[in-house]
Parts: sequence; C-alpha cells; structure tokens
Amino acid sequence: MDPAGAGGSEAQHEGDSGLAGLPLEAVRSAALERAAALGCSHAEVRVERIRSQFVVLRDGAVETTVDDTAVGVGLRVVRRGSVGFAATVELHPDAAAALAEEAVGLADATAGTLRVPVELAPEPAHGEVQWSSPYALDPGSVPLADKVALLEDWSRRLLRAPGIDHVGARVLAVVEDKHFADLAGTVTTQRRVRIFPVVEAVAVDADAGTFEAMRTLAPPAGRGWEYATGDGWDWDAELAVLPDLLAEKVRAPSVEAGAYDLVIDPSNLWLTIHESVGHATELDRALGYEAAYAGTSFATFDQLGTLRYGSEAMHVVGDRTTPHGLATVAYDDEGVAGQSFDIVRDGVLVGYQLDRRMAADNGFPRSNGCAFADSPLHVPIQRMANVSLQPAPGPGPSTEELVAGVDRGIYVVGDKSWSIDMQRHNFQFTGQRFFRIERGRLAGQVKDVAYQAETTQFWGSLAAVGGRSTFVLGGAFNCGKGQPGQVAPVSHGCPSGLFRHVRVLNARQETGR
Amino acid sequence: MTARRLEAPQEVIERALAASRTEGCAVIVEELSQVEVRFANNTTTTNGMRRDRRIVVMSFRALGGGAGGPVGAVPTAVGVASFSGEGDVEDLVRAAEAEAGRAGPAGDAAALVAPGPDEAAAGAFDEAPVPTEPAVLAGVLSGLGDVFGRASAAGNLMAGFATHGVETTYLGTSTGLRRRHVQPVGTMELVARSSDGSRSVWAGAGTTWFADVDVDAFAQRLARRLAWAERRVELPAGRYEVVLPPDATADLVVALSEALSGRDAEEGRSVFSAPGGATRVGEALSSLPFDLRGDPAASGLECAPFLVTGASGTDVSVFDNGLPVGPTHWIEEGRLRRLQYHRAAAARSGVEPAPPVGNLVLELPGARRSLDDLVARTERGLLLTCLWYIREVDPVTLLLTGLTRDGVYLVEHGEVVAAVNNFRFNESPVGVLARAIEAGASERALSREWGEWQSRTSMPALRVAEFNMSSVSPAT
Repeated sequence: MDPAGAGGSEAQHEGDSGLAGLPLEAVRSAALERAAALGCSHAEVRVERIRSQFVVLRDGAVETTVDDTAVGVGLRVVRRGSVGFAATVELHPDAAAALAEEAVGLADATAGTLRVPVELAPEPAHGEVQWSSPYALDPGSVPLADKVALLEDWSRRLLRAPGIDHVGARVLAVVEDKHFADLAGTVTTQRRVRIFPVVEAVAVDADAGTFEAMRTLAPPAGRGWEYATGDGWDWDAELAVLPDLLAEKVRAPSVEAGAYDLVIDPSNLWLTIHESVGHATELDRALGYEAAYAGTSFATFDQLGTLRYGSEAMHVVGDRTTPHGLATVAYDDEGVAGQSFDIVRDGVLVGYQLDRRMAADNGFPRSNGCAFADSPLHVPIQRMANVSLQPAPGPGPSTEELVAGVDRGIYVVGDKSWSIDMQRHNFQFTGQRFFRIERGRLAGQVKDVAYQAETTQFWGSLAAVGGRSTFVLGGAFNCGKGQPGQVAPVSHGCPSGLFRHVRVLNARQETGR
Repeated sequence: MTARRLEAPQEVIERALAASRTEGCAVIVEELSQVEVRFANNTTTTNGMRRDRRIVVMSFRALGGGAGGPVGAVPTAVGVASFSGEGDVEDLVRAAEAEAGRAGPAGDAAALVAPGPDEAAAGAFDEAPVPTEPAVLAGVLSGLGDVFGRASAAGNLMAGFATHGVETTYLGTSTGLRRRHVQPVGTMELVARSSDGSRSVWAGAGTTWFADVDVDAFAQRLARRLAWAERRVELPAGRYEVVLPPDATADLVVALSEALSGRDAEEGRSVFSAPGGATRVGEALSSLPFDLRGDPAASGLECAPFLVTGASGTDVSVFDNGLPVGPTHWIEEGRLRRLQYHRAAAARSGVEPAPPVGNLVLELPGARRSLDDLVARTERGLLLTCLWYIREVDPVTLLLTGLTRDGVYLVEHGEVVAAVNNFRFNESPVGVLARAIEAGASERALSREWGEWQSRTSMPALRVAEFNMSSVSPAT
C-alpha cells in the first residue's frame, strides 16, 4: 500500500527495517494502554532508530568520521485538554508505561497555565501499514572506508587541477526507521533514506590574504548510496567543470552594486522559496506560536485567500508525496496520511501547512500532514512539507530563453549564505557563482554578489518561470525550528525564475573595505 | 522518576575497555536528562521530559611495523562508533574496531592522554549521573500564570521557553584515565508582543539550576522596554553608533569564536590569515584592551576542565580526549593571542595545543559601567536588544549578515526616546571589536542566536561606531 502516492513503495524494501528485533509491540502497547488507563483522550507513541553516518575529508585526508545510531521511544498524550510528552532510550514495557505517567504528570503540571485547551483535528485510523522511501542501496550497509574512498577520489581529481589549493569533501547519510501507533488504531512502520554528498574547492591568494571557494550544486536527496555513485546526479560532469569555474571566479571582477534583473537557477532559488514561502506559510508561525524563536509571519491567517504574495506566475505547492523528496513520507508523526496541497495559486495565498492542533484550532476539517519530530526524544511539531514552485505549463521557457529576455542582469547559481527576518519580510542571499547578463547573453562571472529583497516585492517581480526541463528538486537536511531545536529534512523543487529589478549588494563593500 | 534499568555508565566503560582488542581505546558515556516547557499566546503549548544515554567508542589501531606499539608514537588508525539507547557495548567496540581496521593513518594521531598526578581527584568518576526533574521548573510555571494574566489584561501576548538539562559525562581510556563531569544547563527566554504585533521585546538568561531565575523580574524588564516603544520613529538604513547589550554582544562574539581555527588561518582560509601565509596572531584587533577567553573555572559558567569529543574535526581530535583544559586567552590586551589547535596540529605548527573551551568570556579589564551607563553616555545612537538569523556572508572578512529583533531604540542625549524599525545588518565581529568605543562590565549573557549551543557566556555591553545597517526590515 502506498497511500502517499508516488513517493515511495511498500514492496521495494519490505523487511529492510532497522527496527527488527526491537520489542515494538510490547513497548507501544505498554505506553498506550497506560495512557488510556490514565484517561488520556489521545496518545501516540513513536519508537525510532536513526542511523547517521558522516564523513569529512580535508585535502584528501580523513578529518571526521561519525557512525551513530540513536534508538528511543517518545510518547505524547492529551488529557483534559493539556498535552504532555516524555521520552527515553530505554526500550522496555515498564519504561514505556512509566513514560505515560511522566507525560500525564507534565500535562497536569502545565494545566494551570493552559489557556487554550488542546484539540486535535480528526484523522481516520489507517490500520497497520508499512512504507519505505525509494532507494537502491542502504547507505548504512556501505562501510565508512568505501565512503572515504569515494571522497578521496573526488578530492584527488580536484587537487590535481591548477589553481585549487584545498578541497573539502563530505557526505552525510541518514536512515530513519520509525514505528508509530496511536490510540485511534493507526500503526505505521516507515523507513526514510537520505544522503547529501558535497565537495568544495578553495583557491587561496596568499600574497593578498584572500581566497575564493566554490562547491558542488548537487542537492541532498531522498535516495540511497547509489546517489553518490551517479544514480540521480552526474558527479563526474560536475567535478570536471568545477576547477575552471573557480578559476574564472577568482579572476572575475567584483560586482557593481545596484538593481539588476536576476535569472535565478533552481540550485539557488530553492533556498529562497524555503525561507520566504515555506516558513512564512506555516500556520503555527502565522498564529504566533513560534514568536519566541523561529518567528512569526507577515502572511497572517486573516489574509488567507486574499494576500497578493507574488505575480500570477507564482504557483507553490506543498506536498509530502514527491518521489525522493526529503519531507516525503506516507504518514506524518501524528498519523496523518501524506498529501499535496496548494499554498500559493496565481500569486495569491491559498493555503498553510498544518498539524492536527493548528487544523482543529482554526476550522480546518483535517491536517494536511505536516507534523514531524526529528528524534524519538522530541515532541512532534508542525514542520515543513516539500514546498515547491511549479514550472510554467507546457514546455515553458528554458533557462537560456529566460536569460535572453534580460538586457542587464545576473544569473545566480548555487546557494551559500542566507538570512531572513523573523516575519519573513527582508531577506539576503548569496550564491556559488554569478554570471553577468548583457543583452540577453551570459558575459562571464562577477563575484561578491548578495541579493536583498522584501518577500512580496520579490515574488511580485517574478516575470517568468522556466519550464519543466529547468525543474530541479533542491533542499536541505538541516531546517531548524522549535525549542528545543529540531532539524528537519525538506525538499524544494523549482524551475529557473526571472525576477526584475532586484537589489544587489557588493559583499566586500559591505565590510567597509 | 522511575528506577533505571540501564547498566551503570562506569560499568559500560569498563566493559568496553575490557572488550577492546586494539592498541588503544577511549569510551565516552553521556547521560542526559532534560525537562522543558514552551509557551506562546499566553498559554503553555508543549513540554517534555527526556532521558538519553549516548555511548561513543573510539578504537585506536597501530599500523604497519608499529603494530602493537603505543598509540600516536607510531602511525595510528582510528575507528569511531556511537550509540544512543540500550545496546550491547561490545558490539559497539567491534564496530569501532572494524572501522579502525579499514582506516588509514589518522592525521591527528597523538599519544592517548595518560592519568596525571591528580588522578585521585577524579574519584567522582564513581558517582552516579545527576538527573534533573520537572520540579526544577516549578517556580517558572507558578510564575507564568500571573505573567500571562497580567499580559492579557494589558493587551499583550507572552511567548517563551524554559529548559533545564543535566549532562553527566564519563570518560575512560585504555591508559587508565577516568573522568566525570556534571554539566547543568538551563535557559529561560520570554518575548512580549503587543496584541497588534506592532511592538515586541525579548529577555533571556542562562542559568545552572534556575534558583536565580525570577519570572517577575523578566516580566518587569520586558514591561520597561515595551514602554519605550510607546513612541516610534522610522529611520533609514545607514551606519549608526549602536549600544549592544551583553546578549547582543554574545550574538557576535560567539560567531567570532567559531572562526578561531588555527589550521584555517595557516592555510589562508580565515579572517585570521595574514598575507604571505602567516596568521594574525599578535596583531592588535582593537584599540581597547579586550580579553577574550575560555575558562572552565569561570564563576557561574563552569564547564568541563578536560576535553571530551566523540569526533575529530579541524582543530579537535579524538586522540586528545581527557586533555586538561584550562584558562585560554584567545584575545589579550586587544591582540589576537592564540588560535585553536589539537595536539598533532600544534606540534606541526610549533605552537601550544589549544582545545576548545566550553564557555566564552569577553571582558575589558577594569570596566564597571552598566548598559544604562553606556546609554547615558550616548549622544545619538541605536540601542539594540538582540540579533537574529546571523549567517556568514564572506569568510575572508568574517562578514556576517543578520537582523535586529524584538527591540531597537533611538537614544538621544543619553536617553531612550523612541522605538525604531528593525534593520538588516552586514557587519564583521572583527570590525565591531575594532570600532568599539566603550565597554561595560562583563556579565552573564545569553546569545539569542547561539544560546542553545553556547549558553555559558559573559559579555560586556558595547558602544560601537558606524555599525552597518544595510537595509530596513519591516518585521515587528
């Protein structure tokens, strides 16, 4: 069964679970039965095993290796309108039952300061289901030495190139096995696999005391080790062009600050979408529930259906169903089936990302499945779906055709620095490389570019989006939110985009130098 | 709290070391208990209680003709494996050894740290982990009810987070070293917003056991700043004199401390690189004689007096586990004094090893003035509250971008006269130290941006000339 659509499969890796041998049934039953006996109206338990491997090479030599496995159980309860959460690494029925006592204790302890009783939007029970994201080779089954060998090869190739002084290479691979059960009768066992290899080349001008760096554009992906060996990304091609591109960047003139038309490559635009659309359309933020940390949103709830977010070329979809998407899953951490939903249609705000609590509090009949906890020891909160800008209908323009429509501009490729304010208005991004556009043609690199804009003004300046052929699924492993801080993997697909009259800064001049 | 079934951490370490078949082995057991409560819109929202255990095994294998020889004196490979939860530590040892068996010589190899003459003082190793419990936050919870009530009556919304955790770390090595450290960590943050969202203020603090956290005092600090916002003026982007409270100073200085890599500097890849392949050690960074240091014994900021790490990095090494960590001056009398190095890199570079320290103190010796004193001495400038979403733009200059948040105020003739719009800044903390006009007394501070990872900081309020506000942010 694959209720989430094309995002994964039950059969591909049936039986491949890091949870094998763990006392899942005994632990979940002990927790849920005790919670029910204590009068909880809702309880959900998660038993998880998360394997993370991280390898870092510096100039071809191993600098860091991490091979970590985390196993634990977390229980969230709702009792008399108050929520409580407790978690432990002890996988034993007694410990699980004790969690129910502790969670209820916390629910009681915070009931005196509870002014809005907790309700959860209804979700049908889904019975017992299994699901896995699609992958060919479990990265955890690949010895670290093999990972090191691949990164050594990549490093050697770049270190041989003239002008490259240093090379950093790293890979982070995660296998997340999650068993969920709630009092309503949903019992899910899911596996998600993801991987993120990165290579960066550095050129140092020791005499001048400066340096430039450039890294690969390959995005993190919901794939297995096969991604690092060429299934889903052409590493050979990317590594082959990196030395010349870096050499050109070193020689490139520093950008003249001013307003430019920007053609933004998907390798950069995904992050702008993440910050200015993804986070801004989380309903918990819009309602002030992240006011102390991640922030709120200019896209307040009263503007749903009316806020002019961007031009009519802007169509943004949230989903937990995209194949190889980092946020793709069949059921979220509240037992809600993965879905796809519009967020911005024809430039107008039409939807938010929801969890069951936000849905119930604000008149939605059902959550759209955006709850996630990054660890069995953390409580699930509303986290980002894959939030993607849709390409132009039909064949649509190529990136070259978008460039052809610019008289004086910059083509922005690859992400680097990013920052946005706590209401998601004012942002600033840099990138890996920037090409001048003169009379519709690329005219060599410039450097020290940072673009800065206000969200609705920026999206309002979206003159055109590229066609399906320009669409790339980018993303990150490390989206941060919540207190205590949680990190979530999330993908953002997008085509190339043409934005008119965007403010460009010269980063070196910003230092006053 | 229920009795734990887990094997005692000391037993885990001894069993792992006994199972080791390589020339050297180090084992870390981290026991964490943590409790938190979160609130927003004048209501509690989430909470949690967790207990975690993480075990890290590092196996050191002598290579080639040196097999059987002492770790670090001959080429040595290392394998690392870690596990959180209930598991067989002998399996973890075998996994680490398997990785060591496949690994080449480690570039950071050094002799494992041996017990010192003060080993008897490490008797606390035998003591049990120290837990926290929900009762630590009882005072916060009892105070919040009143705070929420008063906020509602005044048309304000309160949000925030209080958390307390205790991590008890045990370290054992095949050289006989045994160490234990108890690290209590607490933070409290509170944000007050007017219900129309036009005004917001933040206050935060780091603590050890919450005995010093007074929720009412927090609320009073917020009320004072909300009152400042009754008048508001709009100011354009530009370079302003600013007054940074200690928390905002921490936002910038913690970022600076993350750039203290010796190897990066030597390779020409850091703001602390000098032309010609040298570093800027010895160079004056400020005309004020600032002292930036880490000190495990700093009062109220105590941290581990020995190195514990489960992973090597550019300037930290698993071979150095147990290395004594003492007072370390990164900047002294305004000059860059030293950079971070693990022992192997320090030996190659001919400098003293300088492992990271778990706290950070910036001080101007002799400075006694308060934040209010600095405001009173400001003819015209901006008083900030804290900085947010700070990211590196240009590592060559350590240019950072970020935003002001939850309170920017115009100071004229020594008085706060109005609230001001928020700004995006583009600034380097190195430039901030260079342009610092005046510093107050160093006091415990909580970085809004980095406090979750580094809550043990002591910072002065600073007056800084020509702080670069790059654009206006309409966020409120």
